[in-house]
Amino acid sequence: MKKFSVKTIVAIGIGAALFFVLGRFVAIPSPVPNTNISVQYGLLAFLTVVYGPIAGALIGFIGHTLIDFSLGSGIWWSWVIASGVFGLLMGLAAKMLKMNEGEIGKKGLVKFNIAQVVCHLVCWMAVAPVLDVYMMGEPWDKLIAQGLTAGIANAVTTAIVGSLLCVAYAATQTKAGSLTKED
Amino acid sequence: MTNLFNYIDRPSPIHRLTGACKLVCLLLWSVAAMTSFYTPLLAALTVAALILFRTAKLRVKDISFTLGAMIVYVILNNVLIYLFSPGHGAQLYGSRTVLLTLPGRYSLTAEQLFYHLNVVLKNACTIPIVLLFVCTTNPSEFAASLNRIGVSYRISYAVALTLRYIPDIQREYHDISLAQQARGVEMSKKASLIHRLKAASTILIPLVLSSLDRIEVISNAMELRGFGKGKKRTWYAGRDFSAADWLSMAACALLVLLSLTLTALNGGRFYNPFV
Amino acid sequence: MEKEVLISFRDFGFQYTAQASPTLYNINLDIHRGEKVLIAGPSGCGKSTIAHCINGLIPASYPGKITGSLTVKGEDAVRQGLFGLSRTVGTVLQDSDGQFIGLTVAEDIAFALENDCVPRAEMHDTVDRIAELVNIRQVLSHAPHEISGGQKQRVSLGGVMVNQVDVLLFDEPLANLDPATGKQAIELIDDIQKRTGCAVVIIEHRLEDVLHRHVDRVVVMGQGRIVFDGDPDTLLCGDVLESRGIREPLYVTALKYAGITPTPDMHPASLPALTLTPEQKSQVQAWFSRQPSPAGREEAPVLLEAKNIDFTYEGGHHALKGIDLTIRRGEMLSIVGTNGAGKSTFSKVICGFEQPQKGSLTLEGADLTALSIKERADRIGYVMQNPNQMISKNMIFDEVALGLRNREVPEEEIRPRVEQALKICGLYPFRNWPVSALSYGQKKRVTIASILVLRPDIILLDEPTAGQDFRHYTEIMEFLRELNRQGVTIVLITHDMHLMLEYTPRAVVFHDGEVICDASAAQVLNAPDIVERAHLKETSLYHLAMQCGIDAPEEFTRRFIARDQEVRK
Repeated sequence: MKKFSVKTIVAIGIGAALFFVLGRFVAIPSPVPNTNISVQYGLLAFLTVVYGPIAGALIGFIGHTLIDFSLGSGIWWSWVIASGVFGLLMGLAAKMLKMNEGEIGKKGLVKFNIAQVVCHLVCWMAVAPVLDVYMMGEPWDKLIAQGLTAGIANAVTTAIVGSLLCVAYAATQTKAGSLTKED
Repeated sequence: MTNLFNYIDRPSPIHRLTGACKLVCLLLWSVAAMTSFYTPLLAALTVAALILFRTAKLRVKDISFTLGAMIVYVILNNVLIYLFSPGHGAQLYGSRTVLLTLPGRYSLTAEQLFYHLNVVLKNACTIPIVLLFVCTTNPSEFAASLNRIGVSYRISYAVALTLRYIPDIQREYHDISLAQQARGVEMSKKASLIHRLKAASTILIPLVLSSLDRIEVISNAMELRGFGKGKKRTWYAGRDFSAADWLSMAACALLVLLSLTLTALNGGRFYNPFV
Repeated sequence: MEKEVLISFRDFGFQYTAQASPTLYNINLDIHRGEKVLIAGPSGCGKSTIAHCINGLIPASYPGKITGSLTVKGEDAVRQGLFGLSRTVGTVLQDSDGQFIGLTVAEDIAFALENDCVPRAEMHDTVDRIAELVNIRQVLSHAPHEISGGQKQRVSLGGVMVNQVDVLLFDEPLANLDPATGKQAIELIDDIQKRTGCAVVIIEHRLEDVLHRHVDRVVVMGQGRIVFDGDPDTLLCGDVLESRGIREPLYVTALKYAGITPTPDMHPASLPALTLTPEQKSQVQAWFSRQPSPAGREEAPVLLEAKNIDFTYEGGHHALKGIDLTIRRGEMLSIVGTNGAGKSTFSKVICGFEQPQKGSLTLEGADLTALSIKERADRIGYVMQNPNQMISKNMIFDEVALGLRNREVPEEEIRPRVEQALKICGLYPFRNWPVSALSYGQKKRVTIASILVLRPDIILLDEPTAGQDFRHYTEIMEFLRELNRQGVTIVLITHDMHLMLEYTPRAVVFHDGEVICDASAAQVLNAPDIVERAHLKETSLYHLAMQCGIDAPEEFTRRFIARDQEVRK
């Protein structure tokens, strides 16, 4: 495996810290337990666009593990892994769609959102429930209901928070060259 | 919350174990608990977990921060399962012993009750172990432990950085949030969900973009002090394994074996008292 | 005997890949073992770029085109690479929070040793020894947020000294420190150098503070070139500083006002070594008695009144102990004191971010305590230190309009109000620009405009000029003064002695949760016990007045500032 650059390592560390702080302190509870409406997935989707799939996977995995550690209600490995998988898939999608090159325009945002909805559905409707059935032996009906709620909620937050972050980031990348003062 | 890990420094045999050993044990214990649905084993693990919890000289007061949430969580999880799949137990154990007749498919069966007992035990045998790990592991030792058990030192250090910068980012989030509230950004429960998400973004955008700047400063600082030049690195806060460490890890490895063996002998993952 | 040359630039030039023209031109510079060199210059002059070349961040992290040669310890710098250079050059960065990577002090000091795979036992010994040297032994197990800014800087210094480097490179070491701590930092750097015999390179624009201890050479940069390279005495006798926008020591300016032209044999670079003839002393005295005393301000009506404010944080830290403070309409005042003295907590209480357990807070006689954060912000505006932490919109107009839109002000009213705020802040020509195209100082103004647009009675600013060079400092402060003239009451929370002396007639000193002095800035800085307790620093004007036998140093300071303001306009 290719060695990570120090910058990627730091991005993983700081990204996971951000993921943790958002997940732990900005959580908006939903009616289904263990299922917060979590703004951190918007952040994660944005970070994968900038730092790639491996960083995305690790940010999701480390950040989520630490959230579970700090909550003290056991580590919900299935969901932790799903968070990592989301970072990975989203990063791969961003790479395939070439979102990391050049600015994120209207077209880029549409791609970003299609990708994130698909990734969320895969993670919360497939990856997390399958792992739960195996590891916790819980019934499908309940897991699908939980996964659907989480998937939709995360997709909505990502659509808003993630898109806004992408646009704000793209704006910082443009240079002043073409601008003129007005009276 | 300045101490993420809720580390409680108190001399006990569990505290004396190295972080790496505890991490291995936590992982093995989780595997053992997850692969098995052999009810007597889960019950035994739960009892063992509670005994270990006492050995670490932890008190209920130490974990009061999470106790309430934990109980609510377990109850809600069970209610949900019953709501969606009241017949799951009957399906699993292949019999149906109705204890209480209720409308529709919601009749209470002994099988369903027994299944719920399994679900509760699954939680009960791992939660104390996670708490034990969190309360008795010095955060400084954590990254060294990861590296010790084979995670590359770069990724281990990423975890150390996360632990290092969580308090800083938390403080920054708090400050930015106050300044934005002063400008009229409404985060209260009254506002609609979409509105709250947009409000959250006015805090997140400055927080995230200034963190990206910080990534640059930190990676420069680390490279200037030689991070990443070798294939290996040593750890100031690491510790060497003692006999007790090896013993604990061996015991946990045996647990995994036991769990797998019982599943094999049982001829299925679920222990079935109804046959 | 000529000492060993450690760093040698020969016809060196550098151009960043992303930029159209070079940042450094034709640099020729030798730094010897045991030498202490200050590299000074305004923002953008290329001084940080020189530092990045010495420690190898250029070209490792910032790629670009290098011309000419740079050798470190006789070997080509580029060939040695970042890691090779780190054995010779130890860099202490400006941002001590960014440089503090470890979870505890000890781990951070050990960081470089860990990367060198030093065995654990040896590492513990080295850390103990270095901690002793930089005087940080008693906090080895502390986390970064448990220690002060000065201590953090000493940890950074320890962290690079474990490598037994030959060159210590300090990038703006004074930027984030209070005056007394900055003075201690300069003393510590000096001691360390004497003890280890290494070369020291300090990048800093605050000349007077660095000259507190002896410096062998000063290199002044301007627009990518070396415009002066010589001893500090000679520097202070020429006109390089003025033309490059670097502030000369206040006492040197005072001598010049008194009609004395400094010459190298007077040793103007160090106040204790400064020799003045009796005639020169009487020249200063004569200037003092000639200079009119500036008029005091008349008392305006009371705007904000805090009475007996008491505040304790959840963790039990008693941050404010019975604070009484009155702010009058149209005032411009400084709140000063060390980190943890309570000045930030007090501003949070005023803004409603924290609720005091005791005491009353009134604005024009009306009680404030019942108002929400948002309601209070209509009357009291708060500007954070770092503008990047406040800006959330891409376009300048939208950023300034945010507060109004959140208050559901009709859009047709928003436009004129935003435009007016932008005009006041000199940003009107940029109104359709993205925020990202602005400089740091301009961003600061955007944040001030975004508060101003709400038409508050008072604006509170946290360290408005932190990290700014003299030109930007003057720009921001003149702008605030102009706002003040237009009737806005301004409260500044600051470490900067010059700022407080030059721009705010009144200074309130916080210490350990109490107000220990509330007087004119000149009075505060001429009261040795207050200066010491609040970690401030006496101005050099005080010492100059003493040396010239003027027994009213405070009045001397006031007259100097008044004169200086006229001249600079």
